[in-house]
Amino acid sequence: MNGVHDMGGMHGFGPVLPEANEPVFHAAWEGRVRALSVLMGAWRLWNIDAGRHSIERLPPADYLRMSYFEKWLEALVNRLLAAGLVTPEELASGRKADGAAVASPPVTADMVTDIIAARGSYRRDVPGKPRFAAGDRIRAKNIHPEGHTRLPRYVRGRLGVIERDHGAHVFPDSNARFAGEAPRFLYTVRFTARELWGNAGNAADAVSLDLWEDYLDPA
Amino acid sequence: MSGDHHDHDHAGQEVPSATALRVKALESLLVEKGLVDPAAMDAIIDAYETRIGPRNGARVVARAWTDPAYKTRLLADASAAIAELGFLGSERAHMVAVENTATVHNLVVCTLCSCYPWPVLGLPPVWYKSSAYRSRAVIDPRGVLRDFGVTLNEGVSVRVWDSTAELRYLVVPQRPAGTEAMNEDALALLVTRDSMVGVALVAAP
Repeated sequence: MNGVHDMGGMHGFGPVLPEANEPVFHAAWEGRVRALSVLMGAWRLWNIDAGRHSIERLPPADYLRMSYFEKWLEALVNRLLAAGLVTPEELASGRKADGAAVASPPVTADMVTDIIAARGSYRRDVPGKPRFAAGDRIRAKNIHPEGHTRLPRYVRGRLGVIERDHGAHVFPDSNARFAGEAPRFLYTVRFTARELWGNAGNAADAVSLDLWEDYLDPA
Repeated sequence: MSGDHHDHDHAGQEVPSATALRVKALESLLVEKGLVDPAAMDAIIDAYETRIGPRNGARVVARAWTDPAYKTRLLADASAAIAELGFLGSERAHMVAVENTATVHNLVVCTLCSCYPWPVLGLPPVWYKSSAYRSRAVIDPRGVLRDFGVTLNEGVSVRVWDSTAELRYLVVPQRPAGTEAMNEDALALLVTRDSMVGVALVAAP
């Protein structure tokens, strides 16, 4: 979707402001939100792409105003509601509805090390051969999917060169809408800064992105 | 909801923000429904705060600086090379290592969200997740480097890596001159998180 999350190349956000001796979490609730997101994800009622899409779909003004973990909280609540894990009435009251079942958490403390390590592989074996090889020239498609996509606006329609073939990976555009993993070949594609930004780009510089075959035309 | 980004501290007394109260209420509800185990939450927070962090990445870089065969393996297959050092989750994390040289400087960003190589660097800092960094790193990487006080030498190309898939990038910074006598443990202490994202150089001690 052409959302505010697709920020590459935008102006007006000011300088980058590093923070000395930054803590992992700036308030205890940030860590709780992170942990809740991991543990509710373990119910496997959504996937990583659907999770990202739930953040992208926050109202644009909220997306820009909220801190990172505020966005995570808001999107988590939306996912919980969409998956039916909580009801609006329960959220409002803070209490389980009368008669609602009590579940058994799928992850206990002794499993946490494995759960954190188990960031799964997204590579899949598929029949067929990749269409492109390192050195091939491509043009990123000028497409504007309304759903989730990992093809940023700033490369659409631009000429690039295949740098590396990574085999087939889960295709986020499909997975985010629960339409299956639909693995596609994935490539690292290099674009010159001049191709992307005209004279605003430095002639010596380049940007590389990891793009699925469906995003690319031969050129 | 609140726009508060931190809890306020008045004379040692924590006054929870509206967001903190909302999170607490959500957590209680999910615990009451048997959907999460509070002890598992504590274990996750502890892992992020104490076990997963940029010291892991610094070990990888220091090994690459001191062991040419390891560096070759790292640049060819970073996931396998990082897994050799035993770091949590790295084996399946689709890692890619990119090397800074006298003529190439690498910089890592995720313009679409905040993808970051957590097995080797931990959770990302706020600036990495900021709109300012995500928007500018691809169009004005040299300006971003100036924000961090870095000016590159003449003739150095900037390579930006936008993490749009599940591949995660680790920059192998240049080993500073004058460190030839240092061993791997001492070198690891020089390697900063920012240098492994590509917004800093590693300074000689």
